[in-house]
Amino acid sequence: MDSESVFGKIVRAPEDPILGVTVAYNKDTSPVKLNLGVGAYRTEEGKPLVLNVVRKAEQLLVNDQSRVKEYLPIVGLVDFNKLSAKLILGADSPAIKDNRVTTVQCLSGTGSLRVGAEFLARHYHQLTIYIPQPTWGNHPKVFTLAGLSVKTYRYYDPATRGLNFQGLLEDLRAAPSGAIVLLHACAHNPTGVDPTLEQWEQIRQLMRSKGLLPFFDSAYQGFASGSLDADAQSVRMFVADGGECLVAQSYAKNMGLYGERVGALSIVCKTEDVASRVESQLKLVIRPMYSSPPIHGASIVATILKDSTMYKEWTLELKAMADRIISMRQQLFDALSARGTPGDWSHIIKQIGMFTFTGLNSEQVAFMTKEYHIYMTSDGRISMAGLSSKTVPHLTDAIHAAVTRMG
Amino acid sequence: MAMRSLISERVSCRSSVLGARWMSSWWRNVEPAPKDPILGVTEAFLADPSPDKVNVGVGAYRDDNGKPVVLECVREAERRIAGTANMEYLPMGGSVKMVEETLKLAYGDNSEFIKDKRIAAVQSLSGTGACRLFADFQKRFHPDSQIYIPVPTWSNHHNIWRDAHVTQRTFHYYHPGTKGLDFAALMDDIKNAPNGSFFLLHACAHNPTGVDPSEEQWKEISYQIKAKGHFPFFDMAYQGFASGDPERDAKAIRIFLKDGHLLGLAQSYAKNMGLYGQRVGCLSVLCEDEKQAVAVKSQLQQLARPMYSNPPVHGALIVSTILGDAELKKLWLKEVQGMADRIIGMRTALRENLEELGSPLSWKHITNQIGMFCYSGLTPEQVDRLTNEYHIYMTRNGRISMAGVTTGNVGYLANAVHEVTKST
Repeated sequence: MDSESVFGKIVRAPEDPILGVTVAYNKDTSPVKLNLGVGAYRTEEGKPLVLNVVRKAEQLLVNDQSRVKEYLPIVGLVDFNKLSAKLILGADSPAIKDNRVTTVQCLSGTGSLRVGAEFLARHYHQLTIYIPQPTWGNHPKVFTLAGLSVKTYRYYDPATRGLNFQGLLEDLRAAPSGAIVLLHACAHNPTGVDPTLEQWEQIRQLMRSKGLLPFFDSAYQGFASGSLDADAQSVRMFVADGGECLVAQSYAKNMGLYGERVGALSIVCKTEDVASRVESQLKLVIRPMYSSPPIHGASIVATILKDSTMYKEWTLELKAMADRIISMRQQLFDALSARGTPGDWSHIIKQIGMFTFTGLNSEQVAFMTKEYHIYMTSDGRISMAGLSSKTVPHLTDAIHAAVTRMG
Repeated sequence: MAMRSLISERVSCRSSVLGARWMSSWWRNVEPAPKDPILGVTEAFLADPSPDKVNVGVGAYRDDNGKPVVLECVREAERRIAGTANMEYLPMGGSVKMVEETLKLAYGDNSEFIKDKRIAAVQSLSGTGACRLFADFQKRFHPDSQIYIPVPTWSNHHNIWRDAHVTQRTFHYYHPGTKGLDFAALMDDIKNAPNGSFFLLHACAHNPTGVDPSEEQWKEISYQIKAKGHFPFFDMAYQGFASGDPERDAKAIRIFLKDGHLLGLAQSYAKNMGLYGQRVGCLSVLCEDEKQAVAVKSQLQQLARPMYSNPPVHGALIVSTILGDAELKKLWLKEVQGMADRIIGMRTALRENLEELGSPLSWKHITNQIGMFCYSGLTPEQVDRLTNEYHIYMTRNGRISMAGVTTGNVGYLANAVHEVTKST
């Protein structure tokens, strides 16, 4: 007697290319399986890590009986917002001093990008966003669903496994005036290839001369070089010239708060008055999406950032994570060199951040998954954070086999 | 640092390199947005220095001292969680355990639909997030459909379906004359809507009116909706809060399930578990079979991924810790009953106070209505007087959040309401 479903004709959607890797990994029963898919940090023992300073902050929060669970304001936890702006823009940022930055708490990097994009789709005059090729798999959908049209600019050069700088400049030069440009602040995902500071300066000059609007995605501040300030240089360079930009920040990786969904969107405006009006419009985007952001993760971040001892502790733990990844890069490179695996593998130690764009093709990747139970995205990206000294040999074997048997 | 001086040197040459376009703001033409009608009330309240001020605006529970409450069961759950759980990403569909427990609450512990795996369900960002995901889903798969929204409703419902680009219509609900349900007009609207329309229904404790259909009326509504092939979407933000008993508050949903509707449902733990700021909820869609449920769930995830990737873990962990532990669940049920009872007590007190003051008007609706809100019948002008003269804050539609009423302020509130209405 049940009605027919109005959704009866719906087909099953494909697995998300990145998160689907973990789904497949979980199904595999092999004892040597290795998950190098999603960019979540793992310890040498292959375990997820909750930072000590985060546990401390958690305890402080749980023990504070005066804390309540009331709704945050639509813009989120105000302390958190101020501290986040300082973190990315610098405590002495002139834009902050002039009160012309509006910062709203969002659902990690994804949420910050989506809210920013929805705002642009409603209030900006040029609804095209240029994203680098390649980029994080979720970027195109975020922008498309927000109402922007997505175009690409050249970024990665497969021949050098480095930056296609000329191609980048040409494509941005050819973009219509005023177009939005997505920039990975540091540790480009998936390639790990970042512009040098000189190259950033040229990008900045070109963009400002064409009135292109920078939209930074900063998901790895502190994770790339181990220094929070160094990893923020690209953003600060743009802010220093007095122009406007958007920045999406995530604390998923650098504070290990992945599932808590903590992030912030900052829009640097020309004046205080503009920033205030922009903020009021951001609220209209947020309210019909989820009303207000979740309190827990942001409270942890604010607790840490506002206490100088805890902040210092955090920077040390962050550097340790970044150092472990750098060491994994070296170990993998050394192992492949020692093995005599054909090809130039120096990009493994040149690339920066959590990921290595190996240069392996999708057939080779499928081979490695089938024969060696190595799980990674089909574009050849591996998460170095998922490697340990114990598992480097197995990965080396797999890469060697894939390259020699499948060319 | 060498790098910094290099940058500032280059930047100081900017005027020669850059065009004039970027010198002015891109956002010159951005208008200041109007304040949210509900959340703006609390902002105004907080800014008021008067010692007599009363906040009966936003629907957040307060104890008899006017203080926010964290439930004991929640505190205990948090103690157990802190220091033990890791913070890995949840799957896109959220915490499986939390979703399972949440479906049991709405569909019944022994629901055949749960057994048969016919429910597509994902963890959502509280009730708002559940409604928004559904609205986006509706737009994607039934782009030409319309959503019928009751008059009045929670103001954000309109924003949600508008931002999802779904055409909105309204249906009669509240009868200002009786301050009750306009049942005849409601049934007419259901009959007159084109077949296969989507209807937004408040499962219990209608917001803002507190007016719920009776069981008999729900049965008739269900029948008529079925006859027209409409899609019923329930927003259940107050399960447990209306009567004090979550099973009783799910009555409407159970009636529809029995009648064979393939409904959609938004659930929230903001009020009934006091988890407001944690943003915990669930969106479910009942399908014909397991295969369809898998397909629908996968599509819901496709909508969540470009919005926030996956939902926050902490609040979900609190919910699953409580509902998954017999003792904690019992404690929760007791605390929910306690909150509902206090509100029912305040309804009685407010009504009695007004009657004792000799008000010429009838205030029966205060105790007839159910849940967190009382639709007082006050006009916007009367509400403004309450705010300006008595520092009493509520939304201009005359909605009083009974959760903000205490034994300490009910007399003051009654007096003020009497003063602004006595010459009506």
